[in-house]
Amino acid sequence: MIEWQWELVWELAPRFVDATGKTLMAAGGGYGIAVILGLIFVVAQRTPIRVLTFTMREFVELVRSTPLLLQIFFVYYVGPQFGLILSPWTAGLIAIGVHYGAYLSEVYRGGIESVSKGQWEAAKAINLPIVRTYRRIVLPQALPPAIAGMGNYLVGIFKDTPMLSVIGVAELMHTATTIGAESYRYLEPYTMVGAIFLALSLPAAFFINVFEKWVRRTLGMVK
Amino acid sequence: MTYVEFLQAHSGRMIDGTIITVYQFLLSTVVAIGIAILFGLMKLSKNLAVRSVAIIYIEIFRGTSLLVQLFWIFFVLPLFGIHLDKFTAGFLAVGLNMGAYGAELVRGAILAVPQGQWEAAIALNMSSRKRMWRVVLPQAFVIMLPPWGNLIIEILKGTALVALISVTDLMFEVRQININTFLSIEAFGTAIIIYYLIARLFVTPVMRAFENAMSRKIGRA
Repeated sequence: MIEWQWELVWELAPRFVDATGKTLMAAGGGYGIAVILGLIFVVAQRTPIRVLTFTMREFVELVRSTPLLLQIFFVYYVGPQFGLILSPWTAGLIAIGVHYGAYLSEVYRGGIESVSKGQWEAAKAINLPIVRTYRRIVLPQALPPAIAGMGNYLVGIFKDTPMLSVIGVAELMHTATTIGAESYRYLEPYTMVGAIFLALSLPAAFFINVFEKWVRRTLGMVK
Repeated sequence: MTYVEFLQAHSGRMIDGTIITVYQFLLSTVVAIGIAILFGLMKLSKNLAVRSVAIIYIEIFRGTSLLVQLFWIFFVLPLFGIHLDKFTAGFLAVGLNMGAYGAELVRGAILAVPQGQWEAAIALNMSSRKRMWRVVLPQAFVIMLPPWGNLIIEILKGTALVALISVTDLMFEVRQININTFLSIEAFGTAIIIYYLIARLFVTPVMRAFENAMSRKIGRA
């Protein structure tokens, strides 16, 4: 049986604060990429070019149904084979961004499909260019129903950042493993990582819920 | 080295890995379904203590990462005298984690059965057990099958993490191949295709067939 050591917790705390910052940075950066890529994926699937639509659809399915861990390795190791060396951070953010971009494209798709057909027809009738139709008519209406899903994936991306530790991104999990290797203490580091994740993801989920209700109310979309 | 030569040299390891992945996947799924039903029903209990246990379990497992849970089960539990071999720790962690997500699906589906069905069962003087088994659960089952299809794909993806505690699954094997040969695109690319084929040719059609069969069975086809 092993004793929980509070002294060790305090001793390790500064390193975990630092690592938490990196975890949040990875989650934020990855999410930023995912939000934009998701939009590209979904718009590409709605173009009249059949080849592009089909390829994009299959690509999104492929990304969504294969493990993120494998994709992280793929991005990190395949580059050097072609002379393109990516830092762990770059490779990690690309992998996580593409993975969640695929998920977000499905969320956006749901949102876009919830915009009534009349809106598209009206935009066409007043001869609005396609870019403006998306930007001014469709996307603002597609956004509120997509917020819940987008929020879930923000929390999801945060919880998936530990996978970046495998290619050496010094986030929480990596820090805990390093500490374990240095001190042969696993109880405190891994438990602290779990506690930090819990302490951040529960309030995040709560605030997203509040935010979604607020958006619906301000836009007069209360069910 | 051409791709065909690559496959000739390494397909044995990849097939072995794929078999372990499939085992991990099936066992995790069984654990996840059991956990989901147990905690999904517990969260609907009228008893506050029972409900609290379910809520705490679900929030802990959904609020932290699968990887953290996996490492905790594999590296920390032995410190308390619970020694699990890596294979068991692997599918158990994936199953316990995904079961927490599944529990919410079970709960949501039971609540989505129309109120009138409950009332009708009461009006017919069915016992509460009979009401649950014969009226509510069959309908809830049909409601929750489509989201379970997605969750089961997540379980398959989740099993890749067990490679990090050295379970020799597909992920582990291709990583070894990559270390030995530096043929990254061949190794990881093939693994991506194998995972995709398992999901697309096995999981999705089985779930689809299951959905159709069930909705026909309760007359909703």
